[in-house]
Amino acid sequence: MIRLSHIDRVFFVGEEQVHALADVSLEISAGEYVAVMGPSGSGKSTLLNILGLLDRPTKGLYQLENDPISALSNEQQAQVRLNKIGFVFQFFHLIPRLTAAENVELPLILAGIDPGQRKPRVRQALESLGLSDRARHRPDQLSGGQRQRVAIARATIMRPSLILADEPTGNLDRTSGNEVIQILEDLNRSGISLIVVTHDPALGERAKRNIVMTDGQILSDRQQAP
Amino acid sequence: MKLENTLHFSIQALFGYPARTLLVLLAMAMGVASVMVLTSLGEGARLYINREFTSLGTNILIVLPGRSETTGGPPPLLGQTPRDLTLEDALSLKKSPFVAKVAPIVIGSAPVSWRQKDREVTILGTTADMFDIRQLTMGQGAFLPPGDPSSGSGIAVIGYKIKKELFGNQSALGEWIRIQDWRFRVIGVLAKKGQSLGMDMSDLVIIPVASAQSLFNTEALFRIMIQAKNRNAISTAKDAILRIIQDRHDGEDDITVITQDAILSTFDRIFTALTFTIAGIAAVSLGVAGILIMNVMLISVSQRKSEIGLLKALGAGYSQILQVFLAEAAILSMTGALLGLVLAFLGTYIIARLFPYFPVHIPPWSVAASVLTAQVTGLIFGVLPARRAAAMDPVSALSRR
Ligand SMILES: Nc1ncnc2c1ncn2[C@@H]1O[C@H](COP(=O)(O)OP(=O)(O)OP(=O)(O)O)[C@@H](O)[C@H]1O
Ligand SMILES: [Mg+2]
Repeated sequence: MIRLSHIDRVFFVGEEQVHALADVSLEISAGEYVAVMGPSGSGKSTLLNILGLLDRPTKGLYQLENDPISALSNEQQAQVRLNKIGFVFQFFHLIPRLTAAENVELPLILAGIDPGQRKPRVRQALESLGLSDRARHRPDQLSGGQRQRVAIARATIMRPSLILADEPTGNLDRTSGNEVIQILEDLNRSGISLIVVTHDPALGERAKRNIVMTDGQILSDRQQAP
Repeated sequence: MKLENTLHFSIQALFGYPARTLLVLLAMAMGVASVMVLTSLGEGARLYINREFTSLGTNILIVLPGRSETTGGPPPLLGQTPRDLTLEDALSLKKSPFVAKVAPIVIGSAPVSWRQKDREVTILGTTADMFDIRQLTMGQGAFLPPGDPSSGSGIAVIGYKIKKELFGNQSALGEWIRIQDWRFRVIGVLAKKGQSLGMDMSDLVIIPVASAQSLFNTEALFRIMIQAKNRNAISTAKDAILRIIQDRHDGEDDITVITQDAILSTFDRIFTALTFTIAGIAAVSLGVAGILIMNVMLISVSQRKSEIGLLKALGAGYSQILQVFLAEAAILSMTGALLGLVLAFLGTYIIARLFPYFPVHIPPWSVAASVLTAQVTGLIFGVLPARRAAAMDPVSALSRR
């Protein structure tokens, strides 16, 4: 599903070059559950942003479902993000003036889906995440765990094939963090590929595949024993 | 993303920042309203002057002694004064088939008294034709009778105000008044009528032109008012008048003929230009409102950075984000313009109530122009912020650095 070949991502800070990613090659098949770990500044977020088409590699080839991404125009890449990729962020990134339901509805609106079809889908998504009674609440009226669940509902409403989560539990206490991870794992069990960046070794242990990064390179990549 | 959804999203965003939205709306509304109120005042002034001139009578020409042309020709010889216009000059104009009425005018000021009351009054010496030319109406009695203008007689028509001041509620008809040392019998009182162009028709005494000439001891006419046969005859009448007088004055071209139309169209041009000028000045405030929209939208873009980054992560393309922010600018300028319309109609309504005599009226072109300008400036100044938003790098927009 995903194939990275010799990916470099170089930032220029003044005169200095920062190799956020250096010669990263990686393959991930459909339906995998991958945890990316490593010290701060090792390039985890950069990797995730490139996988999610929010950022472009300086060098190297990225193929998503066999299509080379660099061949796509900006608008086509936006379409890929809309239809195939769901993001879950550490800071939730809900729009504060919109209700939970309206936040979840956004991707459907961007996709130009009729209101008649949007409402039931939003209702169902909120229901499956136990948020039915919070549909009309705005983000500031929700707990952190609830906010992240709204964000997950939003990330999955378009039925993507890949979910990218950058420290999804980083801003949550252990209980609601566990809840969120449970939900993400449930989604993975239903066939969606899941890539989670985390600092928490306990969370990393739960994934079937562990990638550890340092200095923009993959230090280890191992499959958990079943 | 469908248009209605874009609009809905933009409206939600505008409601999300009410203070900022209100500020911009107010600026836009003030800009639009000032364009419309100012043009309505300019237009009102034009209509006012127009009305005043038509109340002077229709198809009027005025003959003045002396040339007032300032273009061409050598300067007049030293010591040369223009020849006076005489009563005979005036009467000779009746020869022209294009001239319908001729009213020679002698004007002066003299003390008028009745019994113990007396005061200084403007005396107008003229003929029966004046009645039709100035479209006067009688309150009581009759105007000067037609007859030989060159023989004077002791009759007078008095203005409404003079009648009130000298006679009060008593009847003035048939009474003898004294002008200087001469006695005149009042044969008519003019109806109460507004003043037109500085000449207060209620505050004067009208006597036969020959009597006025004796009274002021002069042969010279102040001017001659002429009514042409019809509208098309005005310019031919003008040429005829110039020729007739030139013949009588030994070939000297020493009079000036002003046509009412010429004056009217001059004023019309002046006031139309004035209206456009103030509309232009007021339009600057629309530009200012546009710049304000730009500033506010730029602030909005930088404050909503993470929202824009998020929209991009969710799959919004460049054009969708551009549309969202352009829609916001368009909604702001449109709503502001509509508010401005309401303000302008309210403002002109109040002005119309305060000054009933002054015709305020918002010209339709100014409604269209100001609303359109508001829209266009709003969109033009909305483009820069919208492009900045659409071009934003999602990674840095989403990061908390
Ligand atoms: N926009 C940028 N400009 C310059 N340098 C950057 C930029 N983004 C990332 N970097 C650098 O690239 C390297 C990798 O950053 P990245 O955010 O991927 O690290 P990370 O593994 O996610 O760290 P953390 O665990 O703290 O989130 C770091 O050295 C960082 O300073
Ligand atoms: Mg990171």
